[in-house]
Amino acid sequence: MTGSARTAPAPGGSLDGFTLEEQVHQGGMATLWRVTREGTDLPMLMKLPQLRDLDEPGPIVSFEVEQMIMPRLAGPHVPRFVAAGDADGQPYIVMERVPGASLEARLGSGPLEPEQVAGIGARVATALHDLHRQHVIHLDVTPGNILFRESGEAVFIDFGLSRHDQLPDLMAEVITQPMGTDAYISPEQVLRVRSDPRSDIFSLGVIMYELVTGELPFGGDSSQAGLRRRLYAAPDPPRSLNADCPDWLQEIILRCLEADPARRFSSAAQLAFALQNPGQVVLTERAERSERAGFFSAVGGWMRYATSGPVAAWAVSRHLDAVPILMVAVDLSPGEDALSQELRLATQRIFLSEKSARLTCVTVRKTSLVTLDPAVDENGESLHMQQLTALKRWAHALELPAGKISFHVLESPDPAAALVDYARANEVEHIVIGARGSSTMRRLIGSVSAHVAAESPCTVTVVRTPETGQTPGVAADGRPEPQGA
Amino acid sequence: MRIALLADVHANREALEACLHHARFSGVERYVFLGDLVGYGADPAWVLDTVLDLTRQGALAVIGNHDAAVLDGAERTMREDAQAAIAWTRSRITPGQREFLAGLPRSCEGADSLYVHANAWKPEGWEYVATTTDARRSLDATLSRFTFCGHLHVPALFHQGSLGRVAHFAPVAGVGIPLGAHHRWLAVLGAVGQPRDGNPAACYAIHDLARRQLTFHRVPFDVGTASRKIIEAGLPAWLGTRLETGV
Repeated sequence: MTGSARTAPAPGGSLDGFTLEEQVHQGGMATLWRVTREGTDLPMLMKLPQLRDLDEPGPIVSFEVEQMIMPRLAGPHVPRFVAAGDADGQPYIVMERVPGASLEARLGSGPLEPEQVAGIGARVATALHDLHRQHVIHLDVTPGNILFRESGEAVFIDFGLSRHDQLPDLMAEVITQPMGTDAYISPEQVLRVRSDPRSDIFSLGVIMYELVTGELPFGGDSSQAGLRRRLYAAPDPPRSLNADCPDWLQEIILRCLEADPARRFSSAAQLAFALQNPGQVVLTERAERSERAGFFSAVGGWMRYATSGPVAAWAVSRHLDAVPILMVAVDLSPGEDALSQELRLATQRIFLSEKSARLTCVTVRKTSLVTLDPAVDENGESLHMQQLTALKRWAHALELPAGKISFHVLESPDPAAALVDYARANEVEHIVIGARGSSTMRRLIGSVSAHVAAESPCTVTVVRTPETGQTPGVAADGRPEPQGA
Repeated sequence: MRIALLADVHANREALEACLHHARFSGVERYVFLGDLVGYGADPAWVLDTVLDLTRQGALAVIGNHDAAVLDGAERTMREDAQAAIAWTRSRITPGQREFLAGLPRSCEGADSLYVHANAWKPEGWEYVATTTDARRSLDATLSRFTFCGHLHVPALFHQGSLGRVAHFAPVAGVGIPLGAHHRWLAVLGAVGQPRDGNPAACYAIHDLARRQLTFHRVPFDVGTASRKIIEAGLPAWLGTRLETGV
């Protein structure tokens, strides 16, 4: 029987073969029902969205996102997916019912012991890493969305605001406001950026702060000003609110709460490691902060944010909806295969840490100052086009999506000057360039890479081939070996 | 019902064979060809016979700008190597094959989908859908919920929500994308016969109506043979060598 639940789901009713037993939760966006199905022993929940206002697309699309993402997640850190569908206009999701209360229940009773906080934080970070490895950024990590299995693993629920990096972001064209729970969302989410896994690390930082101090680091203020405060003001250090908080835990929490994602832990796995190995946490100025964030430290926070180059560039680029530009200067001369491979590896490594970057691949066709160079070779083929093809072939192994990469063949008698001019004109933030082996000539006149390194307006990475035959950290197929876990 | 969507075959027999094989293996029951069956490649006659045969079994096909140029001599606006390929193609096809091309519609509809080579707002103008602005213009010009086109040789997926805004997504090969009911969708297929996104593998997609899912696929094919045949046919060599890198 279908359709009975269309108007008002009621105990005893059924939907697509599931029997509704009792309503266990009524939220603003959805109701949760305990359901059963013949032949299934797993305790199950059915989630039904509340679609009151059909002119407001947010809730409908959000449920659609959850229907899209849940079937693609597996493992102990998510409820097991059972079914999703749309029975006569009533969309639903059925999933495993994970017993136990959410982390929210632990909040009312005041600050927890630091060791407990670290233990909870580590379990949640481990779960986050598992989620991120499955291509999903949660984007609504709050105490209410975290459960714990009896075996101890943290479990995430509610993927209505999540983002799967291999699927279109349906929420992106619906949202007009920052999405998420105000007290917990990251600065980049305030700026409506939905593509950074480190947003979840920020939210976990808020949760740990709350667990150890009993207070929220940026308050519960949902005004625009309140939301934006986290862009420039550092929170009161946890030790100023709870003297029992050890310096290493403060270091970890404040690192999670950095406005610039690049200054947080770069992965949830690294965060979990730190929480499980307090003795190995490198303490910085963050661990020492003791003053509450009064006016001056707030201004100091803003000053740090606004004046430190990369951070300011990050904030501005997000504002302009732009992304950092990485330029790689490729030498297509014959006989430079090893250097060319090394350059590719270096580019890949930089991209691993700067996923939002765009790559522009540039090569220079050196032309003569005095004679008119031919534009075609002896077979009549365009030399420019040949270089462009070779450049694309070089870049193909990087496996970057088409929208993230561009190709340019410059023509100049002075390659170094051409590269520097190009970088300046295109607001390039980082140049990667190979240095060929030394020769007497090069020592005398100076190499292209040396000129570029000396004269460029931005960071320059000069790549060399190792002197011995073996390249460390490179597998037989030429790809970098996975780092860490 | 699984529908294979194939654009820009461009007389590339090796690429089309590989895609058809992949599609049959994937349980495809219907084929839609999104224009530019010929031009650039060395096997126009084989490709036209194959597609004609499939249309007799229910496949749909629309005309592309290269197909039209073979018929009406409008290649003057094209790049030099494309012009040369059109003239060569004209000399290689039979009156029957020419008649098949002449009978192709500019667009056709089915399964709540519009199939067209370049765009929905003026199919015979051959303007590209390359940006979200173009995609919105095209989506606004049709009532169909899905638009499938080609022409660009670079795969892309655009989605439009109920507020009208359009967003772009770069599809990941082999990952099924649920085509949600609350959006309208425009898919730009990559090229079967002449990919230009730096990946030399042929690109096509499968629209699974029952699962409401679209999956882009990349299918490797014998690039060496396709390239060699182009050069041996006396076509501009660049048309062959570019296949090796997919540029």
